[in-house]
Amino acid sequence: MVVFFVKRLLTSLLVVLISTLIMYVLVDISIDPLDDLRTSTAPNKAQQIANRIAELRLDESVMTRYLSWLKGASGCLYGNCDLGENWRTNQPVSSLLSGAVMTTIQLVALATVLAIVLGVMVGVVSALRQYSGFDYSITFMSFLLYSLPVFWVAVLAKVFLAIDFNNFLADPVITTPTVVIAAAFVGLAISAAAAGPPVSRLRNFAIGAGLTAALLIYFNLTDWFSKPSIGIVLIAVSSVGWAFVVTTLSTGLRNRRALYSALSVAALGAALWLPMLFFWKYARSAGFLGWSLVFGLFILSLVVSAGIGLAWGGPDRTRSARTAALTAIPVSMMLFVDRVMQSWGSFNDNLSIKGRPIATLGRSTPNLEGDFWIQTLDAFGHLVLPTSTLILISFAAYTRYSRASMLEVMNADYIRTARSKGLTERTVVMRHAFRNALLPLASIVPIDIITLLGGAVITETVFGWYGMGRLFVQSLGDQQQDPVMAYIVIVGILAVVANFVADLIYAVLDPRIRVAA
Amino acid sequence: MSTPVEPPPEETLENAIELKDVEGLSQGQIVRRRFLRHRGAMAGLVTLALIALIAYTSIGALGLPGWWKWTHTDPGAIVNSGSPSLSLPSWLGGSGFAIGDHPFGQDEVGRDIFARTMKGTQTSLNVMMVISLLAALIGMTIGAVSGYFRGWIDEFLMRFTDLFITFPVIVIGAVLGNFAGNAGAFWLAVALGAITWTTLARLVRGEFLSLREREFVDAAKVAGASSFRIMRKHMIPNAMGVIIVNTTLLASTAVLLETALSYLGFGIKSPDVSLGTMISQYQSAFATRPWLFWWPGLFIVMIALSVNFIGDGLRDAFDPRQKRVPSQRAMDKALHASLAEAEQKAKS
Repeated sequence: MVVFFVKRLLTSLLVVLISTLIMYVLVDISIDPLDDLRTSTAPNKAQQIANRIAELRLDESVMTRYLSWLKGASGCLYGNCDLGENWRTNQPVSSLLSGAVMTTIQLVALATVLAIVLGVMVGVVSALRQYSGFDYSITFMSFLLYSLPVFWVAVLAKVFLAIDFNNFLADPVITTPTVVIAAAFVGLAISAAAAGPPVSRLRNFAIGAGLTAALLIYFNLTDWFSKPSIGIVLIAVSSVGWAFVVTTLSTGLRNRRALYSALSVAALGAALWLPMLFFWKYARSAGFLGWSLVFGLFILSLVVSAGIGLAWGGPDRTRSARTAALTAIPVSMMLFVDRVMQSWGSFNDNLSIKGRPIATLGRSTPNLEGDFWIQTLDAFGHLVLPTSTLILISFAAYTRYSRASMLEVMNADYIRTARSKGLTERTVVMRHAFRNALLPLASIVPIDIITLLGGAVITETVFGWYGMGRLFVQSLGDQQQDPVMAYIVIVGILAVVANFVADLIYAVLDPRIRVAA
Repeated sequence: MSTPVEPPPEETLENAIELKDVEGLSQGQIVRRRFLRHRGAMAGLVTLALIALIAYTSIGALGLPGWWKWTHTDPGAIVNSGSPSLSLPSWLGGSGFAIGDHPFGQDEVGRDIFARTMKGTQTSLNVMMVISLLAALIGMTIGAVSGYFRGWIDEFLMRFTDLFITFPVIVIGAVLGNFAGNAGAFWLAVALGAITWTTLARLVRGEFLSLREREFVDAAKVAGASSFRIMRKHMIPNAMGVIIVNTTLLASTAVLLETALSYLGFGIKSPDVSLGTMISQYQSAFATRPWLFWWPGLFIVMIALSVNFIGDGLRDAFDPRQKRVPSQRAMDKALHASLAEAEQKAKS
C-alpha cells in the first residue's frame, strides 16, 4: 500500500518535471520578448535589441536557460526560492505570486465544494426520478450549462446580477408578478422533485409555493433587504426543521435517540443565540475575532454535538453522534450568518461601498474600513459572481456523473436484495445506494479541479481578480517567460496533489482498491 | 372455461417490445433508427445544419460570393445609431416582423453585425471540424496502439498522455495558440487538435483492452492477419461507437475552447473574425450597444448545444444498455398480445 503510493507520487513528480521542460520550450517558442522593439522607430534600435538579448540571455540555447531556471526553482524546496522575475518591472516572481496563489485557491476551493454539494444533490434526486419531467429538465439544464461560454456568462452576470441587483437593493420592493412567478417555480420544482401520486404532488406544490410567497411577502413587509437578519424565531424554528430533515436522511425518524440528540443540538443552538452575540462583541473588543476563531468554534460545535449524541446513549450511540454533528452544521452556520447579516446596514452605508454591495471588480474593496464582519460581507460581495460563474460548468458535470453512477447502483443486485429484505426506501437509498454511488466521484474530483483552474483563468480575467490565472494571461500577453512558468509549475503540483488525495480517499473508501494495491 | 392466465413479468414485456423493434435489422440499421428517433438529437442536427447553411451561403465561402448585401469588413453609414433592424412579429410583442438593412445591428464604425457573426460562425465551425477530426485521428491511433500492444508501449503512451492532462487545456491552448494563432485559423485548429485527443485515447485504449481478448481477434490472429489489419478491420469497427460519440462531444468543447482562447487574445487574431474576438472587442460597449454582445454569444451557445444533443443521441443509439422506457400504452399492448397468445395456447 505505502509502496504503491510512494511509487505513484514519484511518477507523478517525474511527469511534472518533464512537463515543465516541454512547457518551457513551448512558452519560449510562443512568446517574443523583442516584439515591441521590432516595430520601434528609435534610432538606437539595434543597440536596444542587443541589450535585451543580453539581459534575457536569448542568445543561449533554450536548454541552458531551462536548466538555470530549474536550478532557481528547485531552490524553493529548501526555502531559497528564485522563480525569476518580470523583466519589465524587475519584480521577482515569488513576490507576484504570494497573494495570487491564495486568491485562486480560495476561488477554486469554494467553487469545488459548492459544485460537489449542489451537483450531487440534484444528480441523485434526478436519478431517483428517472425519466420524469424533473429528470428531463435537469438533463436539459446540464446540457445548456455545458454549452455556455464562461466568458460570455461572466459578462452577462456582471450586468444583470451585479448592476441590476444593486439597483434593486437601492429600492428593495419585490413586485407582485415576481412573487407569483417565484412561488409557482419553487412549487413546481419541489413537487416534481418529490414526485408521487397527483394528490401529494398538488399538496407539495401548495406547500412550496405557499412558503415561498409567504417568505417574499414577509421580506417586502419588513423591508428585509435593507436590514436583513434571520432572527431568533426563525433560527429556532428552522433548527428544529433541520433536526428532523437530518435525522430523516441519516437514521430515519424511528430512531428516537438520534432524533432527540438532533433536537437537543437545535435547542442548544437557539439557546446560544443571545450569548453568542455578546461573545462576538467581547471577541471583537479583545481583538481575537477572525476566521481562525470562526473555524475553531465551528469545529468545537461539531465536537460538542457529537458528545451530545453520545450522551443520549443507547446501543448505537455513534449513529446518534453522527446525526447530532450533522445537525450542528446548518445550525451553527445559521448563527454565524445571522451575526454577519446584522452588520449589513453599516456595511451598505459604508463610504467605500456607497450602497452597491455586489462588486464586479477585484477581490476586495480598496481602503475599506471596518471590523471583521464588514470585511466578511465585502469578501462575500466580491466572491458571489466569480464563484457562481465558475460553478456552472462543474455543477453540470457533477449532476451528470452522480446521476449516472446512482442509476448504475440502483440497478445492482444488492439493491434488489435490500428491498426484498423489507428495508425501508430511506435505508436502501441512503445507506446502500448513495454511499456506493459516491465512490466513482472520487476519481472525477481531481480532473474537475484542473478544469476549474482553467475556468479560473477566464473568470479572474473578467472579474479582475489578481489571481494566478490572470497573472498567467497577462504575462503570456506581455511576453514574460518566468511568471508563466511559475504558474505552470504551481498548477502542475496542484494537479498532482489533487490526484494523490483522490487516490488516498478512494483507498480509504473502497476496500477493494486496498486489496488490489 | 380457460384457466386464468398469469400476466408475464414486466421485464419480459419490455424485452418483447424491444425485440419486436429490432427484428430483422442489422446493427447499423438499429443504430441509425434509434438515432433518427431521438428527438433532441434530431432537433440539434436540424439547428446545426441551418446555422451552417446560413453561415456559409450568406456571406459566401471559399471565394464564392454570398447572397447577403454587406461583408464583414466594409464600414457602412451608421443607420439609426446602429441598432438592430430585426423586429419581432406583432403577436410576440414586436412592431411587426421585419428584417431590414442590418438585422443584427452595426458596430461603432458601421460594420454589419450579421455579416460579422456569420463570418465568426464560419471560423468556429471550421475550427471545430479540424480540431475534432485531428483529435479523433490522434486519439484513435494512440489509444489503439496502446490497448493492442500493451506492455511498455502502453506504459509509455499513457505517461505521455498524462503529460497533457496535468494542465488545464486552456493553459496549453493559450501557450500554443499565442503563436499558432498568428499563422491563421487553420494552424490554431491544428495546435488545439494536437492537445485535445487525450480523453478519446484513454477511452479507445480501454475498449481495445477488452476487445483484444475476444474470440474474433484470436481467429484473425490464427488466420495470420497482421496486427495492423486486425486493428483496422476487426477492432476499430467494433470501437466505432465510442469513437464517434466522444468525437462529437469533443467538438462541442472545441467550439468553447476556441472562442475562449480568442476572447483571451491567444486564439484567432484580428483581422480574422471569431465569435470569441467579437465578444472581447465589444464587451465594453455592452451598456450602449448590447446587441454587439448578444449575437455572437447566442451563436456559440446554439452551436455547442446542438452538437451536445447530437452527441447525446449518438450515445443512446450506440449503447444497448441505455434502453428507452416503453410508454404505458406500448406496455399494455404487449401485455394484451402475450395474454392472447397464452390463452390461445391454453385452448389448443
